[in-house]
Amino acid sequence: MKNLPIIFCLILSSLAFSVIGLVFSSNIQLGSLTPTTETLDESGNPIAGDPLFPVTMPGVAQQGEAVYVDLGCIACHTQQVRRAGFGTDIDRGWGKRHTVARDYVTQGHVLVGSQRVGPDLKTIGERQEDANWHHLNLYNSKIISGDRSIMPRYAFLYDVREIEGTTAANALQFEVGSPYAPAAGFEVVPTQRAEVLVEYLLSLKLNYSLPEAQISEK
Amino acid sequence: MRSVLNQVDGSIRLPALFFVVAAILWLVVGTAFSLISTLQSYLPDFMSSCEFITYGRLAPAAANALLFGWTCNVIFALGLWIIARLSLAPIPSGGLLLVAGLFWNLGVKVGLFGILVGDLTTAEGLEFPGYATPILLFAYTLIAVWGVMAFRARQGGGVFVSQWYILGALFWFPWFYTVAQFMVVWFPARGVVQSITSAWYTGNLLNLWLAPMALATAYYVIPKVLGRPIHSYNLALLGFCSLALLGSWTGVAQLIGGPVPIWVSSVGIVASVMMIVPVMTNSLNLYLSVKGAGTELWRSPALRFVVFGVCSYFLASMIGSAMTFRSVSEILHFTTFASGQSLHLSYGFFSMVMFGGLYFMVPLLTKVEWPSAGLITVHFWGSALGITISVVALMLSGWITGHQMNDAAVPFMDVVLTTTTWLKVGTVGTLCLTIGHLAFAVHFLWMLFVTVTIQAKQGSILLDPASKEGAA
Repeated sequence: MKNLPIIFCLILSSLAFSVIGLVFSSNIQLGSLTPTTETLDESGNPIAGDPLFPVTMPGVAQQGEAVYVDLGCIACHTQQVRRAGFGTDIDRGWGKRHTVARDYVTQGHVLVGSQRVGPDLKTIGERQEDANWHHLNLYNSKIISGDRSIMPRYAFLYDVREIEGTTAANALQFEVGSPYAPAAGFEVVPTQRAEVLVEYLLSLKLNYSLPEAQISEK
Repeated sequence: MRSVLNQVDGSIRLPALFFVVAAILWLVVGTAFSLISTLQSYLPDFMSSCEFITYGRLAPAAANALLFGWTCNVIFALGLWIIARLSLAPIPSGGLLLVAGLFWNLGVKVGLFGILVGDLTTAEGLEFPGYATPILLFAYTLIAVWGVMAFRARQGGGVFVSQWYILGALFWFPWFYTVAQFMVVWFPARGVVQSITSAWYTGNLLNLWLAPMALATAYYVIPKVLGRPIHSYNLALLGFCSLALLGSWTGVAQLIGGPVPIWVSSVGIVASVMMIVPVMTNSLNLYLSVKGAGTELWRSPALRFVVFGVCSYFLASMIGSAMTFRSVSEILHFTTFASGQSLHLSYGFFSMVMFGGLYFMVPLLTKVEWPSAGLITVHFWGSALGITISVVALMLSGWITGHQMNDAAVPFMDVVLTTTTWLKVGTVGTLCLTIGHLAFAVHFLWMLFVTVTIQAKQGSILLDPASKEGAA
């Protein structure tokens, strides 16, 4: 290759094309999306007075999201519902509609994920509304899903301690006779991090429509 | 000619060996992390009481130790050495490279520490916390300055095939890495722009960083060992240009079905399918370059690894193109198949070619031959069997669970059971890899130790260029 300048131009322009074509152009298209109302008026504007979706997560849930990130939950869980006709997400009850770009605009960390060793969690707050269920699952997933579960134990998010006087209000409630229950006279109490993580999981819902993705009433 | 090459080797010996030592140590650390996290993936109670090595942290730590520890260090060792040799001029300021190497490996340590204490980010390949990456970028700047100096010092007007690839990759890596850092980690873009950028980044890592460096090594080592030029210059040119143009568009294909505009994944699919062009031309060119070499391919450790790598390049890339078709990806999406395919490329292709490059380079730098053919055989079979078992297990697991997932009547826990079964098979593969890597590490350290003693005893006898060049 005698024409070194041509090689240089190729090297520089090839990546410049894809930076502009993929990264910057998708930022132009999607970077200014804002929450909007479930339906639009005739001229395509949000209807004044209607609530805006998606809503911003409450502060506690945002703290929980940070715990979700720092424990690396994204390694095994996605948070996206694919449209009917591509996979069986909707048939499996993982969401009533597919997710679109606007569903993520209020999130600091976008946790769409890329591998499903465990189930999708985009709507886990709708599927399981009981905080105790989530705590038991985190404390030991085998309580919820049986011995086949391969979800790690997050027992380090819980304190097992002797009951002093009355049982703590937030202590985990085990089924009577559960082999995973603590010994008599002991209780399992969530730490602050477990509490906020469960608040976050409970906040994961897809119970609103967007103009571009309506929940179809079956 | 040989005396010039000797001077070149002498000028880069210390930093290159430093990078090789670092790469091999990180390879051992990364393999140990992988082994533990593979066990954790189906034995959820295994080492789960300690937050720092919970699966969600240990798995990215393993991947990043291998990516920034093993991969990047071995790239710096081999890539810079090849650039210096093709320049035919001894390059001063090896000290600059040593400083860069120290900082790079400091950055990797800080990053891994950050992951294990829970400061990790959420994007694949970008998990190092935002405070570790400036150290990496600073170190990289020094390395790139040295690379450009070495290139500018070249004698004669020609630019070789390997030089295109190495130059390209040296420019591309800091560019796409910095863009991804800005858009995903430092100043996160809004919403799924983060996902698009990080998918784009993972495609770039494979196609514009690992692949060009491995191809450069293959294009350098094969003619050197066989003593004849590569088959076709024009095919090599076509391969390079098409890879440069298509390489960074393929990553976003994995976003199919996701919450992104459809054009994004469509562009990715088109580029992934068109990747057949650079893959075919490069594989064909390399195949024609080794054709007729007979037993030499098997007897030379360097060639044995490189040829294995080139075969993996062809296979893994073809599978990679096929799996982006909509009907296929509907089955394989979100399963372990994609990790199997990317492991096939990053290990079966990249790492194997780099092993071959190291078997060729290290004796030239140390002036000592590898002491044991047995350990090389253990390394080869450990790696070859290990990667085959791991990739087959991940791909079959992905294929079977993909079909189960697409039948909504199959309960999710049945899918988990299938995954678990194949993860157990995959552990056998990881064990084989561990054995191979340990053999390699022991062999290399033994060789370095021998170098020291023999040089101390016998002085310049082993520095005779004729015998060593011939032996390689």
